[in-house]
Amino acid sequence: MDLITQNIPALIVVTPLVMGLLTGIFGRKAAGWWMAMGTTSAVLAMAVQLLVNVLNSGTLQVTYQMGNWPAPFGIVYVVDPLNASVLTVVALIGAVVTLFARKSTLNEVPQDRAHFFWAIWQFCMVGLLGITITGDAFNLYVLLEISSLSTYTLVAMGKGRDRRALTAAINYVVLGSIGACFYLLGIAYLYMVTGSLNIADIHHILTTKVYPTWATDAPLYHKTVVAGFAFMAVGLSLKLALFPLHTWLPNAYTYAPSAVSALLASTATKVGAYAFIRVLYSLVGIDFAFSHLHTDQVLLVCAGLAIVVGSAMAIRQQNVKKLLAYSSIGQIGYICMGFALANQDGLTASVIHIFNHALTKGGMFMALGCVAYRVGGTRLEHLRGLGRQMPWTMAAFTAGGMGLIGVPLTAGFVSKWYLVSGAIGAGQVLWAGVVLVGSILALIYTWRCVEAIYFGQRAEGAPVVREAPLTMLVPTLLLAGASVYFGIDTRTTTEIAGTAARFLLGATP
Amino acid sequence: MKDNVLMRVAARWNIPFMVMFALYTQVHGELGPGGGFQAGVIIAAAFILYGMVFGAAEMRRIVPRKVTDIAAVLGVLIYAGTGVYALLNGYQFMDHVALMPSNPGAAEPWGMTSVEYGVGITVSAVMITIFNEITEGTDEPRLGGDTEIVPAPQENKTEIG
Repeated sequence: MDLITQNIPALIVVTPLVMGLLTGIFGRKAAGWWMAMGTTSAVLAMAVQLLVNVLNSGTLQVTYQMGNWPAPFGIVYVVDPLNASVLTVVALIGAVVTLFARKSTLNEVPQDRAHFFWAIWQFCMVGLLGITITGDAFNLYVLLEISSLSTYTLVAMGKGRDRRALTAAINYVVLGSIGACFYLLGIAYLYMVTGSLNIADIHHILTTKVYPTWATDAPLYHKTVVAGFAFMAVGLSLKLALFPLHTWLPNAYTYAPSAVSALLASTATKVGAYAFIRVLYSLVGIDFAFSHLHTDQVLLVCAGLAIVVGSAMAIRQQNVKKLLAYSSIGQIGYICMGFALANQDGLTASVIHIFNHALTKGGMFMALGCVAYRVGGTRLEHLRGLGRQMPWTMAAFTAGGMGLIGVPLTAGFVSKWYLVSGAIGAGQVLWAGVVLVGSILALIYTWRCVEAIYFGQRAEGAPVVREAPLTMLVPTLLLAGASVYFGIDTRTTTEIAGTAARFLLGATP
Repeated sequence: MKDNVLMRVAARWNIPFMVMFALYTQVHGELGPGGGFQAGVIIAAAFILYGMVFGAAEMRRIVPRKVTDIAAVLGVLIYAGTGVYALLNGYQFMDHVALMPSNPGAAEPWGMTSVEYGVGITVSAVMITIFNEITEGTDEPRLGGDTEIVPAPQENKTEIG
């Protein structure tokens, strides 16, 4: 047991990697799902244990040296309150969606390729967990590529249901590769200046040796750091689908298999947001990025536009999956606005919203997966009148919709509360207003769905459908229930997120 | 290209040397220039050359898809297994000292060798898989078509020119 507890930071990434490989060979027929389920459950247990370890440790940090090489020379995994909580989100969503995906993928993924699907599913987890846990900027890039490459494949697996999944995947490949490439270029520039790849070490060198010399000499250093940071910021914005760079997202989420949409919507962009927070706060430092370069102004404008335009585009959609995808772009805006405000409440809002939105959107995409399983489509007319025929699924969907609006007693309310108070605290009343406008737009697009579900009539001659099978319904209700639970009992989430925010802002807890 | 004597003979002569050079690159990887990735690519190039000259189907007869699939996985498992072995013996993940605790200086190259073999196996298998994917279902018809479109006199002309 000691062997496992001491090596959790390595095992949380190695377990899905090794199991994914084995699934590729031995995972034919039903075995693939069982292996993926076992892996994701083990990962969830390890992530929770890691979170407890971090919060109980005096320094709020757990480090693990790969191959016993000390920090600037080898790859070091560093777990602090921020990435411990993101790890828990990824692991939780991974486990719940895997449970859901067994039945859901039967219809949507070619079954002769199921073992590859489950192998790639686990590689995707490797990438997402690895990005979150690593303390090495280049290792982060490698894991970013692992998660992206597997994501492209998972999206393309939707081609059995809709051929447009292939064009969506290609679109995603091109933009995703540009994003990863920009991030790599950014690291290369910073490496030119600092000669290091370790995030903490780069930060140390930048703040002690590079920034102080700016006013006097070496203007070239200055430009290199700025260019490096700019490349990283644009690359990561592409990965997390921040507003003007979001174009890959709607189609990728719409045409991917339902389970894949649920996994990606609640983890992939969140991990991108985490990586951005890490670059801003731990790598270049907010003094440089915000006070010196005023990146926060750019981010706030992009985030505000994401909220308004994303939500407004969502209103126009006929396909509910695409509606949720555009809504995701808006929700990413909230997360970015939180960390661009750079104060305690704003950052807390960001971290909480990563968790809350993962629960909310994961639950909603899974509810749509149930609809696709029973009804065969996810357009608005397919949802019409389902309130009576699939009451539990639709209740979960509606609860999620309430969360997107930010109705009190749902998780979405908590994050918006912190976001608005953070914006007002920073004197940015305009952006607090934008958050409220976003809520109103969310009300409109949620209402369109709710109206169809509860007040619409099923089409003439449409067969009566039953409630979704239990293995799909239970995980859906679990996430929807959790999104309500964490809206009422906010102690755990706000405490962890507050700790993470304090840790990032440098105040000792 | 199966009917072209020059290509056939040249390939027959070159392939053994390519494989030999790949192995040379492989065994020099852990402490000098070379390594698993380069060796894997060179060895895959030997097989791909064979496939281009004698037809992809013929190459798949020698290296069936099942072999490349399993080899691709096996290589990464060797890599990860090196790390897990250290972990199971109470060392950090990927700490090669675990392979020979009495002599850490010698353990490091041993660990690297094992990792490099893993990389070599996977890279060669994946390269061959990529070739397989590209040529899938196209080998026989296209080869026939090529010989019709490109008659012998034109080949002579290009050789002289």
